[in-house]
Amino acid sequence: MRNRIDEAFARTQRAGEAAFMPFLTAGDPDLATTGALIEEFARRGADLVELGIPYSDPVADGPTIQASYTRALARGFRLAAVFDMMKELRTRCAVPVLTMVSLSLVTRMGAEEYFARAAEAGVDGVIIPDLPADEGGAVARLALRAGLYPVFLVAPTTPPERTRIIARRSKGFIYYVSVTGTTGARRELPPDLAEHIAAVQSVARQPVAVGFGVSRPEQVAAVARIADGVIVGSAIVRKVHELSALPRAELVAAAGEFAAELAAHKKK
Amino acid sequence: MLPDSRGHFGVFGGRYIPETLMPAVTELAAQYRAARRDRAFGRELDALLRDYAGRPTALTPAERLTARLGGARIYLKREDLLHTGAHKINNTLGQALLTRRMGKRRVIAETGAGQHGVATAVAAALFGFECDVYMGEEDMRRQSLNVFRMRMLGARVVPVTSGTRTLKEAMTEAMRDWMGSVRDTHYILGSVGGPHPFPRMVRDFQSVIGRETRRQFLRREGRLPDAVVACVGGGSNAAGMFTRFVGDAAVKLIGVEAAGHGLDTPQHAATLERGVVGILHGSRSYVLQDADGQTLPAHSISAGLDYPGVGPEHSYWKDCGRVEYVSATDAEALEAFQTLSRLEGIIPALESAHAVAHVMKLAPRMSREQTIVLCLSGRGDKDCFEVAEKLGLKI
Repeated sequence: MRNRIDEAFARTQRAGEAAFMPFLTAGDPDLATTGALIEEFARRGADLVELGIPYSDPVADGPTIQASYTRALARGFRLAAVFDMMKELRTRCAVPVLTMVSLSLVTRMGAEEYFARAAEAGVDGVIIPDLPADEGGAVARLALRAGLYPVFLVAPTTPPERTRIIARRSKGFIYYVSVTGTTGARRELPPDLAEHIAAVQSVARQPVAVGFGVSRPEQVAAVARIADGVIVGSAIVRKVHELSALPRAELVAAAGEFAAELAAHKKK
Repeated sequence: MLPDSRGHFGVFGGRYIPETLMPAVTELAAQYRAARRDRAFGRELDALLRDYAGRPTALTPAERLTARLGGARIYLKREDLLHTGAHKINNTLGQALLTRRMGKRRVIAETGAGQHGVATAVAAALFGFECDVYMGEEDMRRQSLNVFRMRMLGARVVPVTSGTRTLKEAMTEAMRDWMGSVRDTHYILGSVGGPHPFPRMVRDFQSVIGRETRRQFLRREGRLPDAVVACVGGGSNAAGMFTRFVGDAAVKLIGVEAAGHGLDTPQHAATLERGVVGILHGSRSYVLQDADGQTLPAHSISAGLDYPGVGPEHSYWKDCGRVEYVSATDAEALEAFQTLSRLEGIIPALESAHAVAHVMKLAPRMSREQTIVLCLSGRGDKDCFEVAEKLGLKI
């Protein structure tokens, strides 16, 4: 099975780059804008896009993403509308998209149905931040059977024996959480980040992408030198929110400019 | 004996938390397993419960309440007499001992009514830990006395302003703190929810309630009670009570949830009666959710029951039929609060008043030869401002 996620990492590796993966909250400020942003980001240097599905009680997210979830839910966000948006987007945009979604939502719909609908809508992978890999075997198999890559996370607190389990279950890439804590911008990257990434890479056959706490161009550059992918979340979500009063076309162009500045630093 | 080694009570329970926290709960499970086998740990906890918390608590015959209701004879298990005024301290002392064993110096907790927050603050003061308690702003308003008590005890009370600003958000916020502080901080979770090993561990620490009740009742009556009734929010006092009776098929076990404004309104906290099976705060259990899986706001007059989830073992007991789950409304709890105060000279916590309210319905339907034990999980001093406001009285 060839997945767009594999193709994105193969292409960036050939080009001597890290894959740049911006994160967007679905439905903030509205789903039509989210779709337009994915398309714009793809044009401006995003190799993959992580799409956060709003949830009422996010445990892994910091204040910026939590607030964006709250805004989207207050505006009446419904899960089914994400699949409609993706289906429509796929008529003109092929950038790989992974949904970052709480197990609460996946369980409510039923994992099998969630994955089937996501795959049919053109989603390529799924990240479930509250499903640890050792609890996630059955769910991961259901995702794969539907054609979705299940991506699991490794944290700085993860001991080597767990990293091996995660490396076995995670498909497409491994998501390395750079900081012990929730998502959100940090002034500095952890000093031992390179060692941690090297340790994960030593047991992983798949690429390793780094997220949580990466927000500035120089941080993107630093991560790009040592990892296969760079994920920027809260900084982009904050930018989109700051621009949300603008007409959609202007918002999309300005956010795209912001993403392009970050993407410019993905060269190794 | 449930749960299994990965924390499953049948299909319920488990560990659905971010990877960052997995090593911490794995270590906690291992340390707790070792502590259970360590006789010195047990002796130290027993001594703290006896010399500091005030155990054993009395089993009081409620004679005037029994006479008024004209049916089964009612006994009250007096957890309200414990230091801090509720059963929560049974658990926080146990977890504080574990915290010391793990070499951690800081504890965090979530609290609704503030009873668990106060019990955590007390344990932190006693052991010299730094302590942060997350509490919803709405609950800080309803339970200002407990906020003050926590501060006097040296804890920081962190207001939580998201969502309904009650227990659910406080718990989410405590878990988010733990994401960043897990290396030196233990999360003293206050109920039988959350990821494994919390549901089992908190139940075990609370099982002293059921153990004492059983012994006291047998000594007094020479047999077991016909019914045991306890209120259920997350469900810790009920779990600690029921777990010592689940093997006695003749003892009817009844958990009382908060029906708020009524089960047919959206304003209730009757998770087991009206919820669906889902994931919240790290385990699979019944939960109040919308069709997408977003958590619905709960409502109860009692901040301690105002929670849209419930411990996974209760979900298991419900589905296997061992425990019957019913509910009492805000109005019924208020009525019971006053009735117990006037007839027995005991002001119950609003949480416990829900159990009293159900006993007031149940006892008249039973014969005078039958008996009921009611778990009076806490005292109502903390609720006096809220009750006065509801009754239109001034303090």
